[in-house]
Amino acid sequence: MKFNDVVSGGVLLALSLLILLTVKDYPDIPGQNIGPGAFPGLLAALLAVCAVLLMVKGLRTQRHMPWLVWGEWMKSRFHLRNFCITVGCLVFYITASDFLGFLISSTVVLSTMFIALRVRLSWVLPMSLIVTLVVHTIFYKALRVPLPWGVLMPFQW
Amino acid sequence: MTTAVLLQAFWLVFDPYVLLVILCSAMFGLFVGCIPGLSATMATALLVPITFFMPPVPAIAAIVTATAMAIFSGDIPGALLRIPGTPASAAYTDEAYQMTLKGQAEIALGAGLVFSAIGGLFGTLVMILFSPALAEIALKFSSFEYFWLVVLGLAGAVFIGNASVLKACITLLLGLLIACIGLENPAGMPRFTWGMKELMSGVELIPMMVGMFAVSELLRYITNMDPPHIIATEKIGNIFSGMWGLLKKYPWPLVRGSALGTVIGIQPGSGADMASWLSYAMSKKFSKEPEKFGTGHVEGIVESGAANNSSLAGAWIPAIVFGIPGDSITAIAIGVLYLKNMNPGPMIFINNPENIYAIFLVFILANIIMVPLGWLTVKVATKILRVKRNILMPIILIFCIVGSFSINNSVWGVTLILFFGLAAFILEENGFPVAPAILGVVLGTMMEENFITSMIKSDGDPWVFFTRPIAMWLAIGTFVILLWPVFTWAYQRITQTRAV
Repeated sequence: MKFNDVVSGGVLLALSLLILLTVKDYPDIPGQNIGPGAFPGLLAALLAVCAVLLMVKGLRTQRHMPWLVWGEWMKSRFHLRNFCITVGCLVFYITASDFLGFLISSTVVLSTMFIALRVRLSWVLPMSLIVTLVVHTIFYKALRVPLPWGVLMPFQW
Repeated sequence: MTTAVLLQAFWLVFDPYVLLVILCSAMFGLFVGCIPGLSATMATALLVPITFFMPPVPAIAAIVTATAMAIFSGDIPGALLRIPGTPASAAYTDEAYQMTLKGQAEIALGAGLVFSAIGGLFGTLVMILFSPALAEIALKFSSFEYFWLVVLGLAGAVFIGNASVLKACITLLLGLLIACIGLENPAGMPRFTWGMKELMSGVELIPMMVGMFAVSELLRYITNMDPPHIIATEKIGNIFSGMWGLLKKYPWPLVRGSALGTVIGIQPGSGADMASWLSYAMSKKFSKEPEKFGTGHVEGIVESGAANNSSLAGAWIPAIVFGIPGDSITAIAIGVLYLKNMNPGPMIFINNPENIYAIFLVFILANIIMVPLGWLTVKVATKILRVKRNILMPIILIFCIVGSFSINNSVWGVTLILFFGLAAFILEENGFPVAPAILGVVLGTMMEENFITSMIKSDGDPWVFFTRPIAMWLAIGTFVILLWPVFTWAYQRITQTRAV
């Protein structure tokens, strides 16, 4: 997913202006003439300069390049699907792990990824369960990380 | 350094638990380095959530050992598959592969192993001798000097070894801005938190690292369209035969590579990958047989193999003495040191000397055990390389998820790894290097604190930054690096005009 440098520069310029707008209202440290807005303000100003330089460079060297070039992999349904599944698995874990618990969420994530990456079907469920249980033992039992039980709370061990 | 402290350090390291941790992290590092697509930095990022629960010495020992092993074992797929296991091996991958095609895989791998260990020991020796001496000087540093040191380090990271200096500068500034998020600033004011309580203490370093180095690599694997790799040879002979001969034939390349690697390691932002590229180039330049480079010639491997391992130790010198990371791995390790209350800086030699000498001993131990364990890894290399990555990568994803959850026992860590994983993936697709961002995040708070403290101490007078002697020299060094591209451009224009 390649953006033309002019586009990247534009986004960064907008970001730096947003930061400058946010910090201009920060109060100074009492008794001093410098405050918490000084450092981010300086950084945002430098970022704005770099962003403009990037846009100028983009206009000079990438004039004939479209604003966005989709990666080769995005034209392959297999790769695009797997990318979306990977991101989807993370979003699924973030939203559902508290309710479903680690054991179920992890098994679902692993199984989905294994199937998407064309692991032999007969291996998918056993491997997902074994890996989930190993990870659970290492982190929950050995390292005492409070992984959520979710709906399996009545059966916790 | 008293005998009592050294003895204490010895007992800290030669404890059964610590030795077990070293052995396990060595095997972990060798495994991760050997698989293309998994780097030493990723190994460290994955290891940190586990070391979170360990006392300081085994935690740092785990990181030091795993990375030393991973940097060597990255040579193995380079020689057998023509794909470097870690970026640090990329400089001589072609050379090693050509040697394998000529039936000399064992020489390529043996040279990589033996000279990596020697380079690593050289770097460790420099670290042991120089760190205490540097710490004495560092005791004279005040906020003005620290400010310039950070700026010097960051300038070097941006201007040295990046394809696009402008894009490296941009990612550095983004990293510094991320460090501004939260309450932890001299004014104690919540900045850029938008009322989110998770952002009050800033963006956590470890989930950010895991996202940027592990999750983005995973996404790169998922979107990789290259055909599956083929192993060039199944047969690897005795990797130690001929090594003594190579040592007698190429003593100067070995010393040069080790020295250059250590110096590059010391420079913040440049680590094992740059050390190996620069020393490979230097090896070719000073070689008596430069025409043989690229056809399967071992001299480059001797020099770069030593350089990339010695840079690992070099990177710890500024990290321990000043708290300024020499490379991405030490950036992560500094985060771990802070978590363990072993705040890096010259006082660490006074407050926790036994822990620091324990780390020195771990470096020596790691480089020594690299030889037998590396030999074992080469023996089973063809089996390791057959491990299916479509099984490995989802397992790594789960480790990333659980690891980042465990930092604060909150699913916010997982949100961070998703955000930074996607951000790093898109940035790198567009030619923005990610390493300066890490440096920016790690050093941003230090830079701001020293800047504000200095301004308050001097009552708003900026000239104090230039009038103290050490500060003045650091400032000159910084401006030389910042203005170097301008000097070279001006020089080229002048010489071109004269030629016309």
